[in-house]
Amino acid sequence: MVELETAVVGQPRRLPWLAATVAAKIPETPEATTVLFDVPGWPGHRPGQHVDVRLTAEDGYQAQRSYSIASPPEASQLALTVQRLGDGEVSPYLTDEVRPGDLIELRGPIGGYFTWTVADGGPLLLVAGGSGVAPLMAMVRHRAAAGGGPPATLLYSSRSWDEIIFRDELAGLVVADDGLAVVHTLTRSQPPGWTGYGRRVDAAMLGEVFGPPTAGAVAYACGPTPLVERAATDLLALGYAPDRIRTERFGPSGG
Amino acid sequence: MERSGNETDRRLDGNAAGGLLAEAFCVEMTTAVVVCAGCGAEAVVAELLRYGHEMGAILRCAGCDTAVVRIARTGDRLWLDLRGAVNLRVSAAP
Repeated sequence: MVELETAVVGQPRRLPWLAATVAAKIPETPEATTVLFDVPGWPGHRPGQHVDVRLTAEDGYQAQRSYSIASPPEASQLALTVQRLGDGEVSPYLTDEVRPGDLIELRGPIGGYFTWTVADGGPLLLVAGGSGVAPLMAMVRHRAAAGGGPPATLLYSSRSWDEIIFRDELAGLVVADDGLAVVHTLTRSQPPGWTGYGRRVDAAMLGEVFGPPTAGAVAYACGPTPLVERAATDLLALGYAPDRIRTERFGPSGG
Repeated sequence: MERSGNETDRRLDGNAAGGLLAEAFCVEMTTAVVVCAGCGAEAVVAELLRYGHEMGAILRCAGCDTAVVRIARTGDRLWLDLRGAVNLRVSAAP
């Protein structure tokens, strides 16, 4: 009977909490760390989706946060890239405290709006601010794992050169793939000899980097709320269709 | 694990409420479309502004700030207040 009811209503799913084992930690920048998890029973995900992470203290107090998945569906381990927030409840634990072998609870994948696969086509336009690059990195990695796909351009705003998450990996992907472009803007400090952008994302920058809308173009912006809203507004003004611009406000909040 | 009571630092958007909403609806909800009872604007749940708190979240209209969806958990019960939504359209595709 249970099976019959399930068949009738499609795929109801109360997302179960899964036990995830910390497999490794990768320092990315002074403030961001990638935590790799082995998650038995993980059902797979689409690039752009996130998980809820739940921590339980010894006295039963629980704290829960959402983190975007940075790994592509093709990867065997789930990667969460976490920006350490000094007054946060959860992020300092993930960046500083957890060790390989530790267990945490997570559930997912969550989200059907801010997702992209190569089957969705392109050109793919990505705007990232800080650790908001994580879900966009899942898209870039998925595109590479799939052997290319539509042209993709990532405009990535960081405070400084040292705070660019995935800097070397992105550079390597660009070298290996004519269809991928990555443009950095450094908003607070620039290294000597820097010839790239040195200001916050604005309409002129979006126009220069992405050009006018082309057929099939789809844009994803993820980062702090001001950057995301600015990018969405400016892309609309440049002529991009509202239903082809997807946004995710990613902190620096949330802890 | 520290406890911070700061609520104002958690303003995100409806994407982040997907897990909690899935508990209530058992389907993917961030792609659901809502019509705001305050201003009549139509929005995808993912585009609503999220104000998180210890018990759950309030999702507000980006245009007029109406609380479109309130969802909270107390013990083993979920509370869902949809007074701010004229309607809510969920994909019925299998």
